Amino acid sequence: MAQPPYLALIAERFGAAVEDRGFGHGVQAFAAPPELIVDLCRFLKEHPDLRFNFLSDIAGVDTHPATPRYEAVYHLYSLPNKWRVRIKCRLGDPPHIPSVTGVWRTANWHEREAWDMYGIVFDGHPDLRRIYMWEGFEGFPQRKDFPLRGYKDELNPFGAEGPPPTKPDLATRNIP
Amino acid sequence: MGGLSGGMRDSVLFTTADSVISWGRRSALWPETFGIACCAIEMISAGCARYDLDRFGVVFRPSPRQSDVMIIAGTVTRKFAPIVRRLYDQMPEPRWTIAMGTCAISGGVYNTYAVVQGSETFVPVDVHVPGCPPRPEALMHGFLLLQEKIKRSRALAGTPLERAATRVAG
Repeated sequence: MAQPPYLALIAERFGAAVEDRGFGHGVQAFAAPPELIVDLCRFLKEHPDLRFNFLSDIAGVDTHPATPRYEAVYHLYSLPNKWRVRIKCRLGDPPHIPSVTGVWRTANWHEREAWDMYGIVFDGHPDLRRIYMWEGFEGFPQRKDFPLRGYKDELNPFGAEGPPPTKPDLATRNIP
Repeated sequence: MGGLSGGMRDSVLFTTADSVISWGRRSALWPETFGIACCAIEMISAGCARYDLDRFGVVFRPSPRQSDVMIIAGTVTRKFAPIVRRLYDQMPEPRWTIAMGTCAISGGVYNTYAVVQGSETFVPVDVHVPGCPPRPEALMHGFLLLQEKIKRSRALAGTPLERAATRVAG
């Protein structure tokens, strides 16, 4: 199988800023600085030889106690070429990264998930609300300093000592 | 309250009325049509032709206003618990609850921040059906246990009729 052209094209366009992290399990991995993510994603999506037109997932990672602490991982797929690419961005604390909702509309919910679970702020996101936990929930449950069993209240007598969680509000509002 | 009042309460009229009412209640247990997780698949299976809950008089109803039983079939998350509670509150009395499956009983393997650790924490539960998920036979056994419970409970206890009988006797 011929070498897919994305390595050479990315090196030509971005130089040493985007680092090659090797190929494994059918996925080519890159590491990129967060300020380049929108340019890199747009390049991968719109280049006629690449066409990474499907964003499979955006994952958050908490590498506590390492620094920089957070990481956003983008999984891309090229439907016409059947290639997979993974882009990793290390983020500081508090974590910030530009939103890629302008590149793929599906990024909207993926970024809301990463915000809900890890507290990663996606700058420029049109509607950055929680997606799994209810409005008014406090904390980011997938962070390593959040107790696995949550905090104790009457619904969860085995939780950790701490401020009891808020309750979901059942009032129906005009949701955009 | 004298010795006579007990005799009055247990008179032919009251025991006969009790048995007729509880027969009516236990023979037409109408559960709410909702399932939360994989236990619901077994619940649907129990309601379909092979296991056929209809023969016990268990007919799923589309509205809590028409229902007597709530089957909590699945993992109740903290986000969903107030909605389940609202469905319980919307049922007219007398009403019963079956907690189906390990998750509904105790939270099961989901001992986490997001899952309610047992339905008993937010609704009164009459019958627990263990299993992960319980087979349809287990749910049928749960319904038979519930019928047995209704059979042994006094349908007229605490009603104006019983209070009147106590006054007459006392």
